[in-house]
Amino acid sequence: MDAASHLRDIGALLRVEHLVVEHNVHGRPIYAVSDVSFDIASGETLGLVGESGCGKSTLARAVLQLGPVTSGRVLFREQDLTRMSPKQLRLMRRKLQVIFQDPIASLNPRRRIGDIVAEPLIIAGVTDAAQRERNVREVLMAVGLDPDVVVGRRPHEFSGGQCQRISIARALVLEPELIICDEPVTALDVSIRSQILNLLEAMKARYGLTLLFIAHDLAVVKAVSDRVAVMYLGKLAEIGPTERLFLAPLHPYTLTLLRAIPVPDPDVKPPENVPVGEPPSPFAPPSGCRFRTRCPRATDRCASEEPRLRELGPGHYAACHFPLR
Amino acid sequence: MSSGSLLVAKEVCVDLATPRGMLRAVDGVDLTISAGHTIGVVGESGSGKTMLSRAILQLLPRKARLSGRIQFDGFELTKLDRWALRRLRGRSIAGVFQDPMTSLNPVLTVGRQLTETIQEHFGLQNSAAVNRAMELLEAVGIPEPEQRLRQYPHQLSGGMRQRVVIAIALSCEPKLLIADEPTTALDVTVQAQILDLLAREQKRRNMAMILITHDLGIVAGRTDEVAVMYAGRILEHAPTKKLFREMRVPYTQALLAAIPKIDMPPHTTLPVIPGRPPDLARRIHGCAFAERCNRVAERCRIERPPLLAFEEPDHQAACWIPLNVPRRVSS
Repeated sequence: MDAASHLRDIGALLRVEHLVVEHNVHGRPIYAVSDVSFDIASGETLGLVGESGCGKSTLARAVLQLGPVTSGRVLFREQDLTRMSPKQLRLMRRKLQVIFQDPIASLNPRRRIGDIVAEPLIIAGVTDAAQRERNVREVLMAVGLDPDVVVGRRPHEFSGGQCQRISIARALVLEPELIICDEPVTALDVSIRSQILNLLEAMKARYGLTLLFIAHDLAVVKAVSDRVAVMYLGKLAEIGPTERLFLAPLHPYTLTLLRAIPVPDPDVKPPENVPVGEPPSPFAPPSGCRFRTRCPRATDRCASEEPRLRELGPGHYAACHFPLR
Repeated sequence: MSSGSLLVAKEVCVDLATPRGMLRAVDGVDLTISAGHTIGVVGESGSGKTMLSRAILQLLPRKARLSGRIQFDGFELTKLDRWALRRLRGRSIAGVFQDPMTSLNPVLTVGRQLTETIQEHFGLQNSAAVNRAMELLEAVGIPEPEQRLRQYPHQLSGGMRQRVVIAIALSCEPKLLIADEPTTALDVTVQAQILDLLAREQKRRNMAMILITHDLGIVAGRTDEVAVMYAGRILEHAPTKKLFREMRVPYTQALLAAIPKIDMPPHTTLPVIPGRPPDLARRIHGCAFAERCNRVAERCRIERPPLLAFEEPDHQAACWIPLNVPRRVSS
């Protein structure tokens, strides 16, 4: 059994094996992603949750080859992205798109919406301007915007929710296979958030997409995911089918996250002091299990021996010596 | 309301000058709060909740125009000069804001920022102020306070920074604490700890607290009453349990429904509020939520509904066709 034992033999669209990302910050190594493996089947949505600093965004960037990878493999359609030349990568990126958290900052304020959405087409070498315009209009309509109204305008004329629709249109215009959504609704108001989540679900069905959906809000992740991976301080703590993971979490950290969600019901009293402390620094992760410094079940064994991911239910894995079930 | 009210705000309006003309960010808000009470103000961005809190703190941007009355502890805040305000702010009214990094001075140590406040308001000696600062850091759950005093904000995590901000806010034993999205920038596990901390200190000190947030989940378990704001106005105001049990205003109900729930199965289509909030630079006739409301009637677009009590005197709603009201009370 190792950190990749949960990988499935399914010919996954994306398969990440033993991914390690370490940066040097002022000469000190920071362990952002430490031996993480996961796979996503075609048409599946994998949710990835964790607190800030756990490495989930670094992981997303590493998958897209937007940041350095220290070791490990990122297989997209069984081809290793980490070994590709820039030219090969550029071709491959047509199939891989990304949506970021801040919808306004991710759009160039000086350009018109029509140009912003058409740019991926230009980079991909679609030289026929009329063809580009048709694609742009079609995708804008798909995300619920009126092309006649929006193409000539600039990002500042739109609200956050509309800018996120534009970002989604830009990600969809090349008809990619995989979209990585990095906190796509975190910056949006509650009333707009569900509009965008429903839109992502509709686009997934319409374009046959596969999604890696990163968020820190567990309820949001649950709403869209088939499987969920929980990350803590650069490592996977738990991965499993969505309903099982929420109904019967195995890792104490997952339970901590679930208990911390504020419930909009005044008859449910907020649990007192369930989570303890804050994540330790990724500069000096604890020995053994990285969660042990905050874990109510931790023993000496957790400090000396690192827990491996083990299958404890069908397709449901946790890295814990003393799982909850 | 009662004579024991600490803060009575009446008909508060805030107008902001923008390149597109005047914008009414807060539009005739009444708010009353007494010692030991927590009131939650819920609204989305642009609802005016932050401008309302700034009006109470008298920290509005220069281009803003305030009207209405704000009485605090016997003083009319809108009539105080800046020196009197300065003594009151921090000493009697304190604020905790969303981003702890920008609330703190990056080039001063935590200790300097804490003792500065204490010395300013209490005139304590240096060593006494340092002792007081250590007590405060301990009270807000910061381990090794002696070391922390010598550290700079960037050396602390987001949660620790917010604890420092809370320690500074509590340092002068304020009577009213205004917490504006105090946990929005923090992780869920840290959020729960910070909210616990605020609740504990609020009870212990019998402080009044205004908790401003966009998250109905946060106000549900941690406030005595809730005011829901939309487009600068309070649309619904009630004791928290009553509000959640019997929502009167469709907006409140839609806002609650739009939150993804942890017990929904995956891939459930989420209930949405269609459209988006109105442009406040334009004059709104009728109810500001009318364009997005599923119960809208002709009257809603023409005439603005006043904030009125239906059936129970402490449950106010601004709606012509309120929910959960069996008979028409007035017309």
